[in-house]
Amino acid sequence: MSVLDKRLVFVTGKGGVGKTAVAAALGMVAARRGKRTIVAEVALRDDVHRALAGSEGGWTESAVGDDLYALSVDPQRAMEEYLGDQLSRPLAELLAGSRLFAYFAAATPGMRELLTVGKLWELAQDRRRTPGAQPYDLVVVDAPATGHGLALLDAPRTFAQVAAAGPVARQARAIEATLGDPQVTGVVAVATPEEMPVNEAEHLRRELGGRLDLVVANAVRPDRFTDEEAALLAPLAERAGAARVAVAAHHRARSQREQLERLGADVELPFAAEPSGGADLEELADVLDATV
Amino acid sequence: MGIAERLEGKRVVICAGSGGVGKTTTSAALAMGLAAQGAKVAVITIDPARRLADSLGLEELGNEPRLVDASRFAGHGIEMQGELWAMMLDAKRTFDELIERLAPDEKTRDEVLANRIYQELSGAVAGSQEFTAIAKLFELDRSEEFDVLVLDTPPSRNALDFLDAPDRLTGFLEGRALKVFLAPTGLAAKVMGRGTSVVFSVLRRVTGVDLLQDLSVFFRALGGLVDGFRERATGVKRLLADPATTFLIVTSPEREPIEEAIFFRGKLREAGMPFGGLVVNRVQLDLVEGDADEAAAALDGDLPDELREKVAETLRELQVLAERDRAGLTRLMTALDEPDPTVVPLLEGDVHDVDGLAQVHHHLFADD
Repeated sequence: MSVLDKRLVFVTGKGGVGKTAVAAALGMVAARRGKRTIVAEVALRDDVHRALAGSEGGWTESAVGDDLYALSVDPQRAMEEYLGDQLSRPLAELLAGSRLFAYFAAATPGMRELLTVGKLWELAQDRRRTPGAQPYDLVVVDAPATGHGLALLDAPRTFAQVAAAGPVARQARAIEATLGDPQVTGVVAVATPEEMPVNEAEHLRRELGGRLDLVVANAVRPDRFTDEEAALLAPLAERAGAARVAVAAHHRARSQREQLERLGADVELPFAAEPSGGADLEELADVLDATV
Repeated sequence: MGIAERLEGKRVVICAGSGGVGKTTTSAALAMGLAAQGAKVAVITIDPARRLADSLGLEELGNEPRLVDASRFAGHGIEMQGELWAMMLDAKRTFDELIERLAPDEKTRDEVLANRIYQELSGAVAGSQEFTAIAKLFELDRSEEFDVLVLDTPPSRNALDFLDAPDRLTGFLEGRALKVFLAPTGLAAKVMGRGTSVVFSVLRRVTGVDLLQDLSVFFRALGGLVDGFRERATGVKRLLADPATTFLIVTSPEREPIEEAIFFRGKLREAGMPFGGLVVNRVQLDLVEGDADEAAAALDGDLPDELREKVAETLRELQVLAERDRAGLTRLMTALDEPDPTVVPLLEGDVHDVDGLAQVHHHLFADD
């Protein structure tokens, strides 16, 4: 079963490895295959400071291509939407405007993460809670970096430890059932071929075991010289800049190869840079389309 | 102007930037360089790679700076005239230490440390790092043991949230919200009006009574620490506003890190904080002059055609990257109004030992 045949897919990994690019590229592949897809970015902020500072925006399901949509999920908005769903309008508005409630939400173990993952879960339902909203075939989550990403997946369970009763807890159990169903929820780990990112990917492997569907090596540079060729180039390095550059590139590729071996990725994405400095998503999507 | 010159007279150097740009290695190499020049420097790292930590003799246990033995630098081209101290921040422990220091008595201390809300808040991966990094910095500054403190910051957009954290924290602690939490059915709640009691009854219904009880206990215990927090908040503000404190922005020439660097620059401006300079890592420099094919042609006759073509291809690719990085650098220099960034080229491998730090150091201090 391809990870893209699931309903809810989390893309995580160390900060800076290109999760956003990979999540977007996966979304593009799914859309190419005719699935109505949304790529949701999680704008997780830190707890106490967030409660004290209030919320910031980012909340529109907008079309970015054929069958492809994007959205930024903010915990504050997720909470307001949840309240609106659970309570009468005046009450919901009262609570949403209440700083007490904001502090409360921030201080409650797992609450923020639960509301966030709750929104992501809602996107993946056949029956959408948001009035007028259409269901999606696939939700790709551009999740926070490793630790926070795992916290999202664990949110329902964390919250259940604190609040056993009430509608929030009931919903948490429903969400947990979805997250725990390997037919429905998938996880993709992304790493660049460098020490720290690969360490975190290994950590994800240990924590998730069979729940980890796909490991993606991103920003892989070309490895075109054999060791014999490098040996031919080395003596020329002193007088020819071209040889020096090639030898340096070879060393970098060798370093990279060590990391790739540790990582054991299912797919390698090339270092694909657009002139603007962003990733060439079409190129990444092409490679993913062939493997995933 | 080289970095050492820019940092002359500075006692606190805070390195901000997004994840994956080499912030920790920059902080460590910078601290090493300043120590080599004769200062007693402590670097507070957030999450260094295991191999780098091992090579500096950093241990997992212990939340205090440890002296990095001068012998570790021997043979790597670094003459250590001063002292380099280093530590890995343990956010949870820093928080616990803070509570211990601020608690008016043992009972309050124990109550807070045992409270599950506290445990959640202090253990949360997200929230505490930013706050505890600055709390640790504050403690070390107060100790007056070091000439210079270099702080590595957490790899998140929130990394500079601590700039207004002291104000927000005192605002919260002194505000009405806390008073209501301390006594949900008391006078304060009545005074705040019907809305408050409604909020609490809904909280009770929607989430369960136990939680509210826990929160009240937590905030009641926390109330005992208010004075201490307030004093600390004032102290932190003073430290950040001190003319001997400065901020370096560390980035790489890729699109997202550039956006983050611009974002951080804006935050510093908003907070009225001093911008000490820009460090751009992992820059692909133009390594040969002129046309890639011509440069490869210089190897004509020395190599089989196929190999020469591989060399040409490599050169062409790197030139495209150098072009892209040049554009990124220009954008950074313009957007940050920084005409003289410190550029560190892309190195051959990860920086995971003193040798790697020495390479970074060489580029950081090149203009000095």
